[in-house]
Amino acid sequence: MTGALLFGLAGAALVGCGVYGLLTASGALGRILGFNVLGGGVFLIFGAVARRGAAAGFSADPVPQALVITGIVVAFCATALAVALLVRLSTMEARAAPADAGEKET
Amino acid sequence: MSALLVLAVTAPLLGLVPLFLLGPRTGERAALAMLAVNLAVTAGIAEQVAQGGRAPGYFVGGFAPPLGVGLRADGFSAAMMLMAALVLLLTGLFAMTGPGDMTRKVKARGSAGRPATFFILLLSLACALNLAFLAQDLFTLYVALELLTFAAVPLVCLEGKAGQLSAALTYLLFALFGSVLYLLGVVLVYGLFGTLDIAHLAGLLAQGTGGATAAAALALMSAGLMAKAALFPLHLWLPPAHSGAPPAASAVLSAVVIKAPLFLLVRLWSDLAPLPLTQVAGPIFAVCGAAAIVFCGVVALAQERLKLLIAYSTAAQIGYLCLMFPLAASDDGQWSALAWTGGTLHLVSHALSKAAMFLAAGLIAETMGHDRLSGLSGVGRLAPVSVAAFGLGGLSLMGLPPSGGFVAKVMLLTSALQQGSWWIATVVLAGGLLAGGYVLRVVVIALQHPDAGLPEARECRWRALIALALAFGAMLVGFMPLAPLPFLDIGRPLSWEGLLP
Repeated sequence: MTGALLFGLAGAALVGCGVYGLLTASGALGRILGFNVLGGGVFLIFGAVARRGAAAGFSADPVPQALVITGIVVAFCATALAVALLVRLSTMEARAAPADAGEKET
Repeated sequence: MSALLVLAVTAPLLGLVPLFLLGPRTGERAALAMLAVNLAVTAGIAEQVAQGGRAPGYFVGGFAPPLGVGLRADGFSAAMMLMAALVLLLTGLFAMTGPGDMTRKVKARGSAGRPATFFILLLSLACALNLAFLAQDLFTLYVALELLTFAAVPLVCLEGKAGQLSAALTYLLFALFGSVLYLLGVVLVYGLFGTLDIAHLAGLLAQGTGGATAAAALALMSAGLMAKAALFPLHLWLPPAHSGAPPAASAVLSAVVIKAPLFLLVRLWSDLAPLPLTQVAGPIFAVCGAAAIVFCGVVALAQERLKLLIAYSTAAQIGYLCLMFPLAASDDGQWSALAWTGGTLHLVSHALSKAAMFLAAGLIAETMGHDRLSGLSGVGRLAPVSVAAFGLGGLSLMGLPPSGGFVAKVMLLTSALQQGSWWIATVVLAGGLLAGGYVLRVVVIALQHPDAGLPEARECRWRALIALALAFGAMLVGFMPLAPLPFLDIGRPLSWEGLLP
């Protein structure tokens, strides 16, 4: 078993875990984590593709590495945006909940 | 080499500078001016395409693909860019701070409270859309789609209400799932061919290399794009997101934002994938499209709120484009070209009419103070121009003449009948009937005698005229000849011929 194959299989396993998490998680935070695991798997597969040399033939192809870095930055921004939305949403819900309880009592 | 292509991507970003440096009022004017410049640039590109008869291109940094990244505008992308620039400029004008707005808070504007934010997002959308329509590299397209998502998600929750935030979060999660699937497809393509340039890939795929892995990569990329375009059965995020946003934001989201992934879906299957593979995949898309038209059309009929009704109608209308895939991929040149023109015209006319309808619905809701259909009887007296814009926009959805929707649907219908696809023809007609049902239901309620006293409010006339102008734009598309449009075929099939040294 070559290194590229090992990393490719590991990436595939991560993709599987990520998709499972994204589809079955009940809360938004679980889904965000699932997205991150899935993204990690895709980047690992991309790394394995780079090691294999793709169709260009030379080993350790540099192009996918540049693309993976861009992809990681994009995924990081996306996670930050999603978490920011989630934090705002839960603060609002926390603020709304006691008010509702107060209305019921009166 | 055409520098206009670079300007189309960079000009909207330059418009962001005054928004941050000057006050909101001045920045807003500058942003609108930049959206007008964007329209002029896209018109210039369309003119170059039509005059030259071939697609202008640009190599970023002077490096030709496959080493570098290229931008290229063929007839199809020029038409889409022009449509997007027009809708963005008109919704920008709609959301502009009008006389008297500084004193009273106006709900119908996209930007209640924070004027500058809306324009920052609008300019970012313009940049991302132009990049998505011009880029010829699969990874650059991925970045363009992500830019589009990052600009579109905040539009959903501009007012920061809890419902909007949760709709925005659902939208973001669907979009992210879609983009990761797309990226996985891109990875597989790179692993197979060692290049991501669409023109080179099309040549390699046409030779029959790639086999099952290439098909899997295309399927992954398509699934990702379907999630981003809200194509049935991945449409669940669209109605809450599009109906909860402020009107100007809904108009942009429904009219142009979902058009970019749809555009790429067409690009993938009509320009990149080899014809035999498209013939296999086409019917699958058509089944999804047919299900969208029928299912979302019926759900739209049952809606109680005006904006939700329009949002479900968007999810249904997306289906028409997917009916195009099997028709346009047939071996019969004449009828497949007709279907291709029909599908593209449908994208353009739907964008104009849907923007008009969302803006009109926003004005109606502003006049009445709510958008529950049961309480809208007699609104035609208070907001005549808005109701007219809604009705004329609806004409295009129903596919009645004279409207862009009519021309597009007749083309799809003719192509389907000539190729013997009876079920596609039936779905086109049924979709028209369903659209007639939900549009006329609103118009009839609006024209009824009012049940109770109407509020003492009037629609904002100049905003209503903007909605009406968009609706008229959708009707103007209806004066196209019922024949394949040669402009849309300029620059196909993809190649860098004449541009490479």
